[in-house]
Amino acid sequence: MALSQADVLAGIKEIVEEVAGIPAASIEFDKNFTEDLEVDSLSMVEVVVACEERFGVKIPDEKVTDLATVGDAVNFIVNAAA
Amino acid sequence: MGILQGKNILVTGVLTDGSIAFHIAKIAQEEGANVVLTGFGRALSLTTRIAGRLPQPAPIIELDVTNQEHLDGLAAEVKKHVPHLDGVVHSIGFAPEAALGGNFLNTAWEDVSTAVHISAYSLKSLTMACRPTFKDGASVVGLDFDAQVAWPKYDWMGVAKAALESTSRYLARDLGAENVRINLVAAGPIRTMAAKSIPGFDEFEKVWNDRSPLEWDVTDPVPAAKAAVALLSDWFPKTTAEIIHVDGGLHGMGA
Ligand SMILES: NC(=O)c1ccc[n+]([C@@H]2O[C@H](COP(=O)([O-])OP(=O)(O)OC[C@H]3O[C@@H](n4cnc5c(N)ncnc54)[C@H](O)[C@@H]3O)[C@@H](O)[C@H]2O)c1
Repeated sequence: MALSQADVLAGIKEIVEEVAGIPAASIEFDKNFTEDLEVDSLSMVEVVVACEERFGVKIPDEKVTDLATVGDAVNFIVNAAA
Repeated sequence: MGILQGKNILVTGVLTDGSIAFHIAKIAQEEGANVVLTGFGRALSLTTRIAGRLPQPAPIIELDVTNQEHLDGLAAEVKKHVPHLDGVVHSIGFAPEAALGGNFLNTAWEDVSTAVHISAYSLKSLTMACRPTFKDGASVVGLDFDAQVAWPKYDWMGVAKAALESTSRYLARDLGAENVRINLVAAGPIRTMAAKSIPGFDEFEKVWNDRSPLEWDVTDPVPAAKAAVALLSDWFPKTTAEIIHVDGGLHGMGA
């Protein structure tokens, strides 16, 4: 199933807001999860799990550390779903 | 028929689908058990999401083992879902950063006490909280990391595991008359959330690659989970105060 970047970004915003309580409006493509958004490791795990469920992709543990920014996650998911 | 057919099992410690407890819950369901989970604090919502990956739905009770109110209310909460318990899994461990990673000589008592409270004393707290729900022959299983020797980086978590081992023996002594069994599974290293929080976890991998007679896979929680399920079953009826090593045999090697 092909997903558009915009759809995935919108989905991730909702998930990060729900999981970490960060207003979706402040979540942008180039924001860093840890440094800009202060998503801690526990919340990050939940964000990953929620993304897997929502987008029907598998994000392996060893990839998670590479997903520094929201954009990294968007691109990974778009590619994984392609 | 599965070896846990019709048994009601409470499983603590499911955090991710890599958690040892997740695999215990999964195999227990596959073997016919009704599984009730507990989740902890902020991670409760994560546990709820992960529970959706089990073969069957499982209710989740909030339980912080350091919260007396949670402990006092646990039996009543359990009874909302199942009439009694045949087994309990303690798969809980935590040590503050200062208690791990090679800082052994400088760790403050406060950090040590947190590690011992959550990782060892809680076996007693959890068992006692569940005691009113036990049916004759109940089995309690905890997750251990061999505490007979000192390990790189494991530090005060190692001391907490030594306390867990001792706690299990005293529980076995005092609850034997009620036909309650208390046993531990001493697992080799597995890359879970708890393990990743140990700085230098890689060193364990190296030790196991070098010294374990059986090939060891740090990404596979299933062997430890199977042993826990076996101990929950009726196939170890006279085993208590025991530690089953699921470590590839490393504990028996001198070098
Ligand atoms: N991973 C390993 O290498 C390994 C090896 C041997 C033994 N163990 C033991 O296995 C058990 C489970 O750990 P895991 O490796 O599956 O990691 P994990 O991170 O998946 O599980 C640890 C669990 O402890 C829970 N927890 C922490 N504090 C708590 C509290 N106050 N109240 C209730 N729950 C609390 C967490 O919510 C989490 O579910 C631990 O006792 C651990 O020491 C792990």
